[in-house]
Formats: sequence, C-alpha cells, structure tokens
Amino acid sequence: MTEELKKTPLYQVHLAAGARMVPFGGWCMPLQYRDILEEHRAVRERAGLFDVSHMGEIMVRGAGAESLIQGVVTNDVQAMSDGQVIYSPMCNENGGVLDDLLVYRLEKGSYLLVVNASNKDRDLEWIIGHAAKDTVVEDISEKTALLALQGPRAADILRTLAVFEPDTMGYYRFVRGEVAGVGCLVSRTGYTGEDGFEIYLNSGDAPGVWRALLEAGEDHGLAPAGLGARDTLRLEASLPLYGHELNEKITPLEAGLGRFVKLEKGYFFGREALMRQQGKLARRLAGLTMEDRGVPRAGYQVTVNREQIGWITSGGYTPTLDKYLAMAYLSSGIMPGDRVAVIIRGKEYSAAVLSLPLYKRPPKK
Amino acid sequence: MILDGLLYSPEHEWMKVEGKTARVGITHYAQEALGSVVFIELPEVGAKVEAGEALGVVESVKAASDYYCPVSGTVTAVNSQLFDAPELLNEDPYGRGWIAEVEMSEPEQMEKLLDAAGYQELLAGEDK
Repeated sequence: MTEELKKTPLYQVHLAAGARMVPFGGWCMPLQYRDILEEHRAVRERAGLFDVSHMGEIMVRGAGAESLIQGVVTNDVQAMSDGQVIYSPMCNENGGVLDDLLVYRLEKGSYLLVVNASNKDRDLEWIIGHAAKDTVVEDISEKTALLALQGPRAADILRTLAVFEPDTMGYYRFVRGEVAGVGCLVSRTGYTGEDGFEIYLNSGDAPGVWRALLEAGEDHGLAPAGLGARDTLRLEASLPLYGHELNEKITPLEAGLGRFVKLEKGYFFGREALMRQQGKLARRLAGLTMEDRGVPRAGYQVTVNREQIGWITSGGYTPTLDKYLAMAYLSSGIMPGDRVAVIIRGKEYSAAVLSLPLYKRPPKK
Repeated sequence: MILDGLLYSPEHEWMKVEGKTARVGITHYAQEALGSVVFIELPEVGAKVEAGEALGVVESVKAASDYYCPVSGTVTAVNSQLFDAPELLNEDPYGRGWIAEVEMSEPEQMEKLLDAAGYQELLAGEDK
C-alpha cells in the first residue's frame, strides 16, 4: 500500500489477521480476511465485525446548529428527539445528491453528522460555508474510530461487553455507555440489512475494543468482515452507495429515497428543484435479476430493443439469494416484470426488472 | 500447491496432456488470487484457439479476468459443471475444476511451457 493512503487505527490489527488490503476513498482498508462470500454468510447467519473508521464524523454545535442542518439535509431534523438518529441525503441547489449521511441528535444544539469518507472534505466545506456565527462545526474524524457489529447475534455479543442492555435501544436510536470498559456512542444502525450496532469510540481505544468483541463473539461465530462483504450485503439490502446509486447528477427522488425528503418542512437546498421533479421522474432506481447467466456490474448498459434505457449502478453475485442481481437506473416507463438486456462485454444477456429492496431479512421469531 | 506431471504457463494455467489432447485449467495460485469465483465464461466446443489467446473470462466477486489457452488447437470439450458450480475452480482447480480440453494443432508448443519445478520458480519470483 502506498504511503499516500490513510490508515485506520486498526491497520496493524488487519495486517496481523492476514487481511487483503485495498485502497478505498483514499484509505487502506481490508477487502476481506478470508473470503468475501464466507464473511457475507457469517453476517446473515451469525455476526460480522467491520472496521469502518474511514467514515467522517462532524460535530455541529450551537444555537444555530438545528437550523443549519435543517437547511442542508432533506429529512426533518426539527422533529428529532435526544438519542435519535436519522438518515438523510444532502443536496445541492439542483436537487443533486452531495452525500448521504446520518444525523445524531445528542441534545438540543448538539449534533453528530456521519458522512462518507470520500465526501468528508467537501461536506465539511459546504456545511461550514453555510454556518452562521452562532454555530461551531468541528471535524472529529481523525480522533474517532467506528466499528460495525452486524447480524442476528450482534445484540447477544454486545450484551456481554456493554454496561447497558442493547435491546433497550430501538432501531435508529443510540446510547452513550461503556463497551469493554471504554466510553462509546452506540447506535442501532447499520449497512447490511441485518440487526446490528455501530460503535463510535476514541481512535486509541479501537484495537482493544475490536479484540474484546472478537473474543466475546467467538462462541457466537463472530467473524471479522471486510469491504467486499459490506458491498455484497448492502447490495442485497438495496442500500445506496455514494458514487454508484447517488451522485451530484441524481436526485433522492430518482434513487427511491423520497421518504427521507420532507418537502413540507420548509426551505432546504434543492427543495425547489425536487418539488418540480415530483411526479415527473424521467428515470428511477430499480432491481434486476439475471435470467441469462452473467455477472451484472456497475456501468454496464441496460437496453430494450437495442436502445439504451438505463445503466447498472451496482451488481454481482449475491450469496444469500444465490442469484446474479443488480440495481439500475431505468427509464420511468419500465416496470417490474419487464424484460431488459444487460450488455456484458458487447453481448446481450436477458434480465427481469424487480422492485426494491432485493432482500428483506426474515422477521424475528 | 503445484502438481507434478502437469505443464504450466506463466499466466497460471495448467495443462494435462494425453496424446494430442490437452486438458486446461487455472492453478491454485490463480484461484487464490481471484478469490471466490462466481462465474466463468466457457469457450464453445469447436472453437479454434491460438496459443496465448483468451479462452474466456473468469469472474470473481470483485473483478473479471481473462484466462488463456497455452497452446493452439480446437476446443473438443468444456466442463459444463462450472455453470452451476463455479466454486469448483476454487475448491479443486486441478481436478473437478478443469475448464476445457483442446486438440493441439502444434504440440511442439508444449516445449515453451514450464514443468512443476519451473512454475515453482516463477511463483517464488512473483511473491517478492
């Protein structure tokens, strides 16, 4: 790995575990420890532990914090209570997505924003650029590590190390308390489609907590998991990845994220453009399942009668469903059940259109 | 893991020769570098191939890579088990993961390939 790539606090731990490292968003990250499909299955069946410390964390504090965030994100921040997390796109004036992020309300006037690694610098500039004097915006990414514990056994594993009872946390809520003797912020959130927790802590504490979690999870079949499995899991769960389903030229409405866009809340960047687009989408994010055997991948064209009607944003073999699936932007007239062609190395491969999500985890018994 | 009695190419294919027919696959080193194979594009039976030409594409979770034919000839058989079970390439690359059989048109091309010891040396150089 070249010297220019940034390293998380767990870099040495990953090397010692024999992880295959790859560059991602300017960081040197573990792609896999043993095998991507194996790690994917571990998360769906038991639990997996991810190092996602490359993500950006931004504190926004002050009397103007709420209105600042309310003005830059599409979801409604004003309706939040202490201990709540919301997911939201953040748009430019044209309604194009600058980033998608989580907003944590610590208390009135104090928010934590969690943003994509590749967009952190730009997000920071955008937010600071719109901040009034009564608001302080602080980048705490470097001193903050982030671990994601995901899977049906996640709560059982966390319970052995946390001072709090994990099940007191509802989905998209968070608490602050000790895990393995270390002060953490823990939310019931994730990017895999399974139950799970995201654990924010000081960088220096990360290796110790990582090891403690792996040890506590051994009897539960916990496996370390890398970015490869993170991608196949989120593809099945049909969660958007910035740079694939989202970019500055795509609106949250086209991406199927309308439920996170609260047009009625009042002014925010992109509101007018999104209002104009409502009910008039030229393209929409949909799912595809291959009928001819082939691997659909990001960037591949989608055609009907030899004419391009869309493109694939993410795709591949999905182990839980045991199918070759993709997400794609398709012209609005195309409906679930329709047949389309995916162009793979110049040849047509038949696929059927599906509605999203591709996978939904079975309800807890 | 390298087997004796096989010939190897620098592109990490192996060949088992019986008379004029060569059975071709990818080596243990290749399958490990690829990771889990999720799909392989097989050549058509009857297709004519040139030494060094791509026989098809093997796809892992993250990437698609060409794989090559070490010798010139005509494809006489392909391992259709690989359609439903591409993981055979990872599990048993020299056995049930064989890819295709080629009737060689220029058997003297075999002299350019490596034996087990030669391939071992190649790998030792590659890992540096």
